[in-house]
Amino acid sequence: MKKTPLYDAHLKLNAKMVSFHDYVMPLQYDSIISEHHCVRKNAGIFDISHMGRIELFGDKALPFIQQIITNDAVRLVDNQALYTLICNEQGGIIDDILVYRRHENQFMLVVNCSNTEKDLLWLRKQAIDYQPLKIRDLTDRVSLIALQGPQSVNMLEVAFKSKFDYIKRFYFDDYVWNGIRITISRTGYTGEDGFELFVDAKHAVKLWNLLIEKNKQDGLRPIGLGARDTLRLEACLLLYGNDMDETITPLETTIDWTVKFDKGNFIGRDALLRQKIKGVDRKLVGFEMIDRGIPRHGYTVLKGNETIGRVASGSFSPSTKKNIGLCLIKSQYAKMGEELQIQIRDKNYNARVVKTPFYKREFR
Amino acid sequence: MNIPSELLYTKTHEWVKKINSKEVIVGITDFAQQQLKDIVFVELPSVGKELKMGKPCAVVESVKAAYDIYSPLSGKVVKVNHEIQEKPQLVNEDPYGDGWFLQIEIANLNEFNSLLSPSQYRVITESEH
Repeated sequence: MKKTPLYDAHLKLNAKMVSFHDYVMPLQYDSIISEHHCVRKNAGIFDISHMGRIELFGDKALPFIQQIITNDAVRLVDNQALYTLICNEQGGIIDDILVYRRHENQFMLVVNCSNTEKDLLWLRKQAIDYQPLKIRDLTDRVSLIALQGPQSVNMLEVAFKSKFDYIKRFYFDDYVWNGIRITISRTGYTGEDGFELFVDAKHAVKLWNLLIEKNKQDGLRPIGLGARDTLRLEACLLLYGNDMDETITPLETTIDWTVKFDKGNFIGRDALLRQKIKGVDRKLVGFEMIDRGIPRHGYTVLKGNETIGRVASGSFSPSTKKNIGLCLIKSQYAKMGEELQIQIRDKNYNARVVKTPFYKREFR
Repeated sequence: MNIPSELLYTKTHEWVKKINSKEVIVGITDFAQQQLKDIVFVELPSVGKELKMGKPCAVVESVKAAYDIYSPLSGKVVKVNHEIQEKPQLVNEDPYGDGWFLQIEIANLNEFNSLLSPSQYRVITESEH
């Protein structure tokens, strides 16, 4: 089991630790529900150093990325980030990632913890035609801390006595604190305003403690993976392994917008174009329970007696107080208001297809 | 850790309260609710259902996952606490009181011998902590 540099800090904060892929990570420090509300109403701090960080460096870095991803990286300017998918030749989703453009010849990718090794192999295999291209795994060397919630910009400014509101959503900038370089990105996985901070692993504890010390009197709290999951689900941010995998294509999910057919060739384009013309047989949609019961990943979805799909993600939603989920079902049933049944412990419970996201923050 | 001295326990963290010669009330312990944390759903058996000692008889769900609750004794369900279906947080707030689960008419008095005393149960919670 791998530990992040913040492992001891989590234990000191009485975290309940769980294994998450290769890592031991905090599930919760207190109650998942109160941590969830803290992020929605105020702000929370997360250790997300388990996520993979990969640096790409080379003259052909941009055309290489364009070939690898479904979204269009040509639109990026320096210091801008992009959410995208990596697909295989069949259009199946290999990973969902963030691409950060530092310069035209230097990019950074943030990938799912569970996929870091797989992605590195895939990138190295595809890189043959784009040499010289350096692909470096920075995961162990760089830590990642998220500060999320409506108060996150204020808390960042209090901690560093500097202004950060100029960094707009999906942009990033470098900031030097006591000689330590911190890359501050206005991105996140909660549906709230927020930042993700990249810092040399040697300084992760110092940065974590600074943010907490300067802001705990204003209610900043550490948040575990439990609340991270309920926050992301309410915002309909997909989770790799639950809502996506290599047997699912982007067109079958809610993030088909990340596929830009007009940008030129990329891996998976032909297969996806064929699927787009033919239409998808199944679709990922949001639903809420009408009957009492909590949907969970893998549960069967029915329409009457017919099995029409399965639950991808499901949970109690602390913000809406409903039981919600995403399910991948036959396309003909994927319409607003459609009533479905979810099989929970051999009994069927009524649910209804609803619009996503389940929760949307108020914009300032 | 609150382990009331007048109750009996199971190693799967249920408590049993004798209310007369043939009926008991069953719930989950303070230790169990602390381990589960935010309880957001409870599924109870229907009244009249025959339960077997040690077999699942109810389900509680936290935000993260679902857990079975095991019947501490064999017998028939005579009453269930509908209030915890409406307000599952009662199980967290008052596990030995308003957060009770069910009332059972017991089938076999001998089964009482397999339940744990408060001090025996305390040993189990200390080893699992």
